[in-house]
Amino acid sequence: MQYLVLIYVDERALSERERQACYAASAQLAHAIKASGQILAANPLHPTTMATTVRMRDGKRFVTDGPFAETREQLGG
Amino acid sequence: MASTLHHAHNGRPAEAAHPSCRHEDAADRVRASVDAVYRTDSRRVLATLIRLLGDFDLAEEALHEAFTAAIEQWARHGMPTNPRAWLISTGRFKAIDGLRRRARGDAALPALALHLATSTGGAEACDDKRIEDDQLRLIFTCCHPALAPEAQVAMTLREVCGLTTEEIARAFLTKPPTVAQRIVRAKAKIRAVRIPYEVPSEADLPDRLDAVLRVVYLVFNEGYAASSGESLTRHDLSSEAIRLGRLLIALLPEPEALGLLALMLLHDSRRAARTSPTGELVLLDEQDRSRWHQDQIAEGTALVTRALASRRIGPYTLQAAIAAVHAQAPHAAATDWAQIVALYDLLMQADPSPVVELNRAVAVAMRDGPLAGLLLIDAILARGDLGRYHLVYAARADLCRRLGRTAEACASYAQALRLTQQEPERRFLTRRLAELSDQAG
Repeated sequence: MQYLVLIYVDERALSERERQACYAASAQLAHAIKASGQILAANPLHPTTMATTVRMRDGKRFVTDGPFAETREQLGG
Repeated sequence: MASTLHHAHNGRPAEAAHPSCRHEDAADRVRASVDAVYRTDSRRVLATLIRLLGDFDLAEEALHEAFTAAIEQWARHGMPTNPRAWLISTGRFKAIDGLRRRARGDAALPALALHLATSTGGAEACDDKRIEDDQLRLIFTCCHPALAPEAQVAMTLREVCGLTTEEIARAFLTKPPTVAQRIVRAKAKIRAVRIPYEVPSEADLPDRLDAVLRVVYLVFNEGYAASSGESLTRHDLSSEAIRLGRLLIALLPEPEALGLLALMLLHDSRRAARTSPTGELVLLDEQDRSRWHQDQIAEGTALVTRALASRRIGPYTLQAAIAAVHAQAPHAAATDWAQIVALYDLLMQADPSPVVELNRAVAVAMRDGPLAGLLLIDAILARGDLGRYHLVYAARADLCRRLGRTAEACASYAQALRLTQQEPERRFLTRRLAELSDQAG
């Protein structure tokens, strides 16, 4: 039996120190289970800032202001 | 780090040290001409350096060093005949030098420096056509769909238009650190996912052009009506947007690119007439139409005619057509509001949005009377749209004022005042509110 394990965390939830501690602990665990032959591979995901969000074509126009003379220059404000 | 250096200096030439008072006049003159070249050419030089060096931060550092070198060397040897080419090759050499100096600790760098030193960087890198293409490469890279829309706008204003982080933050009501972070992340992403520095292929162009046009439209809009601050308009932003619009149609005479440029020129033609000498906003009815810029009107009208003739008519072309109807009216009372309503009807089909609906309501009010417009505006508000948009309350207030519903008008003016952050608008709304309170009292 093989399992794929995905771990999600809020990237901002950990302080730099906690993050380092977490890295150290998980690296140690990974080495241990690799040595015992229980793990095949482990890879980190990219941070969310590297993500590409796919938007629906119809949903791509967000409401934006525009240069319209009717409100700004006819009635004013 | 390159980006830190860049942010600290903002890419502008450092203060020149004056060797003695005797040389001060000459040094000032050189400095003034370096500043002038910086204003006109720094973004073009940057766009080409990014191509030659393959990296945004490296190119910005090289740009900064080239201008610093220009202050020293132009004082000693005079201005070069082609300052732009001088800056590009100086920037490139400085970058290669810098890489070699830093190479001691990093084995990969000498290879990069060697590659840069032997790759194209000669005269053909600096001819005008290639430099123009580099600007387009830069625009398309900054507006790449892999970057978030806010990042696209920030990157374009920073890299293509040369605005400071503070200026961008002010224009879009965010804090400078937020803008700086967006830019840093966008650059990291460009590097990490290897976004190519190129104008997209013909197959991808329609989609990619959409994003670029939207960014140019947003930049223009901020120049047409600043979202905050002391002045009604921001000439720096509207003129940059128009410059980008011209660049785009030179490469891609697509109908919507023509429409967008037409729209910008037609609105910009009224800029001088829209503000009084004391900085107050002047409404269409009261604008001195002899101060409307006729060259821009003629150019914009010709462009919109061309775009309409293509029979592929999009939202920018329709907005340009509306602006053209205003431009054609010799005086306010001669405005063809029926035509404007008809164009808004089409715009509602092409690109429906509550903001378009609101402006259509104003045109309907001008055609059919204030009550007809007020009903449409109240329907938008009842739906829960535009509740934070000051112009919906300002428009409502004015229509109530015209209908003699003073109390309602005052309430809506007060609401609009709470939501606007631009001083001339605040003063206008305050004035209107005071006039109404006087009447009521």
